[in-house]
Amino acid sequence: MATPDEPGAIARGASAPNGSGRGNGTALIEAEHLELYFPVKKGILVDRTVAHVHAVDDVSLVLTEGETLGVVGESGCGKSTLARCLVRLHEPTGGTLRFRGRDITKLNRRGLQPIRREVQMVFQDPVSSLNPRKRVGQIIGVPMRLHGVDGSDVESRVRDLLHRVGLNPEHINRFPHEFSGGQRQRIGVARALAVNPKLLVLDEPVSALDVSVQAQVINLLDDLQDEFGLSYMFIAHDLSIVRHVSDRIVVMYLGKLMEVSPARELYEKPIHPYTQALLAAIPIPDPHENQARARTVLGGEPPNPIDPPPGCRFHTRCPHATEICATTEPPLAEYAGGHLAACHHPQSVGAEEIASAVRSSLSPTSAGDAMPDAEAARQAGDPAPGDPATGRGARTGATPPSPSAGPGSGAP
Amino acid sequence: MAERLLEVAELEVSFATEDGLVRAVDGVSFALHRGEVVAIVGESGSGKSVTVMTLMGLTRGVNSRFGGSARLGDRELVTASEAELERVRGAEIAMIFQDPISSLSPVMRIGDQIVEQIRAHEKVSKGAAMDRAVELMERVGIPRARDRARNYPHEFSGGMRQRVMIALALSLSPSVLIADEPTTALDVTIQAQILQEVKQLSQESSSGVIFVTHDLGVVADIADRVIVMYAGQVVEQGTLEEIFYDPQHPYTWGLLGSVTRMDRPPPRRLPAIPGLPPSLTDPPEGCHFAPRCPLRFDRCHELPPLQARVPGVAGHLDRCWLQAGDKRDRREVEGQIGLATEAVA
Repeated sequence: MATPDEPGAIARGASAPNGSGRGNGTALIEAEHLELYFPVKKGILVDRTVAHVHAVDDVSLVLTEGETLGVVGESGCGKSTLARCLVRLHEPTGGTLRFRGRDITKLNRRGLQPIRREVQMVFQDPVSSLNPRKRVGQIIGVPMRLHGVDGSDVESRVRDLLHRVGLNPEHINRFPHEFSGGQRQRIGVARALAVNPKLLVLDEPVSALDVSVQAQVINLLDDLQDEFGLSYMFIAHDLSIVRHVSDRIVVMYLGKLMEVSPARELYEKPIHPYTQALLAAIPIPDPHENQARARTVLGGEPPNPIDPPPGCRFHTRCPHATEICATTEPPLAEYAGGHLAACHHPQSVGAEEIASAVRSSLSPTSAGDAMPDAEAARQAGDPAPGDPATGRGARTGATPPSPSAGPGSGAP
Repeated sequence: MAERLLEVAELEVSFATEDGLVRAVDGVSFALHRGEVVAIVGESGSGKSVTVMTLMGLTRGVNSRFGGSARLGDRELVTASEAELERVRGAEIAMIFQDPISSLSPVMRIGDQIVEQIRAHEKVSKGAAMDRAVELMERVGIPRARDRARNYPHEFSGGMRQRVMIALALSLSPSVLIADEPTTALDVTIQAQILQEVKQLSQESSSGVIFVTHDLGVVADIADRVIVMYAGQVVEQGTLEEIFYDPQHPYTWGLLGSVTRMDRPPPRRLPAIPGLPPSLTDPPEGCHFAPRCPLRFDRCHELPPLQARVPGVAGHLDRCWLQAGDKRDRREVEGQIGLATEAVA
């Protein structure tokens, strides 16, 4: 098994030119074979560990300076746990994590303090992530003091930050409950920015907001990124929001990476069947288009992460699964343009592309060497020249609908 | 036209609070016919949930004030007695809530909860009711229903719990089914399954469905008619086609414009509607949307009535003073329907 374990191999593998990236290619965070297993305990007198929840299972990725990395997946896929691992709110149970080239996997609290200043987090729920008994000035000002800003400067800097995130600086003495949901999320962003971080980890920052307000917060994040030169890791369960902010997108399923792709390409050319299913599940706000496209409704639910299925984790729900999927875990295959996918039956790519794909250094160690079979793809014919995300190819009638698109593969 | 199941006329709901009277629903009228799915869309605080909860009598309280009427067949719901409502709830109008975990009893087996509801309304034996419960669970797509009926809610996943809620709602074959954001808490893949289920069930049972949501994608998928609410009032109402392809109210344009579309290249910036919805204790005089509307003019300080303004289309109502032809020219932003927001800043 080819496992490039020498340091830096992963960084080189992943900083391939991605075309649309804002990033300058310098790695900020590198994760190598990162694992976080939560123990499941049982017993009355002794805590016996009876099993593990495989929340993050051998994930390797790189976040470069100035880029926005989107992470999507269904609830329970480990995307939030991965994010908390990367900012060291959890200590990973395996693998290595580097920040600016420095190993921070096992750093203690004191060792982490300088890193905490550079990496900040914005949480999903703006109600429970702000202390209801503190005024906005304190919420934003305390992190500044903790990280050594002179006391007399704090208030003017808080006012400045409030202004930057689009709030009225006069409201510095208000409590969180006096603000609307969107405004509270702006306070959360201002608090994260208070210590001049380089990286913001945004865990579903707009999921709790109304559509029109979502757009306001997304636009604000966009402006702040340009203004402060920030990197973002943006977690969402919704592929349509992620598209607007991301340079690259990671699709996760049951603790593993399924696909890593430049943002635009993921929507035009989803390679993994799981990504296709996620895209197809989103209803289009246009009745005609919605009726016209052929939709695959993915049946079933994600399996239990305590006992994940062998082979490809998605094979139990995958419309294209064959025997090999149940036995051999696919490696991450790297296609042109830095597009990675872990699948034995890649979609939307032709036989030529499959033949030229190489095994990525980001592949999990447990994955086999079985690269997708270009010959099989050639026999099956090249993929239909349609847009699989919207089923447009099928709508025009120019291409026969794929077998997966029929109603037979619908709900259980 | 199909049989009219429910008729809501000038419904008003307000709540007395320390800060004054909150006019949550302010003169809402609509009708629901057999076999039809009516979607109510709006942002949080627009009064969409209060409207449907009032139909079930769930907003009653010492501080609530009601006006107008809601007629289910020949029964008046707004003034109905508690005993009368108890007979209606579940049997004639049933509701699916957003959060299934807090709508189910955590200490009772799923099957028993469905049996309890059936036996509260009909004289049947426990065994017969359980058979029906299992049948219902199978119908909404719960595998191994006979075994699963003995499980507690915490043993179900979010999607399965929502299916249980649907089974519960369907247990007495109600003529009106109200779904209040039933898929908001679910993953997109599970949402697609549930929507398919609701669509199919409404066609099979030919009951009327009121579907409350803020997601226009879901609306496009499921609705026959659409009601757009803003600050307690209906601002536009029409068929699915009319709302999506010939929207008349600037707020509807803003809503349509701020939805991200997967089938189009992403815009440079997401169009947002500037500002916030008004306070319901002290709504602006005249058109409630005027303070956020880039197209406002002198006449907007007068409240426009909800009426048909598009020539020749009687069912398409809106609450905006602009001329129909004028609107057609002004609602496009970069070739798509949207609200040109850069004008107000």
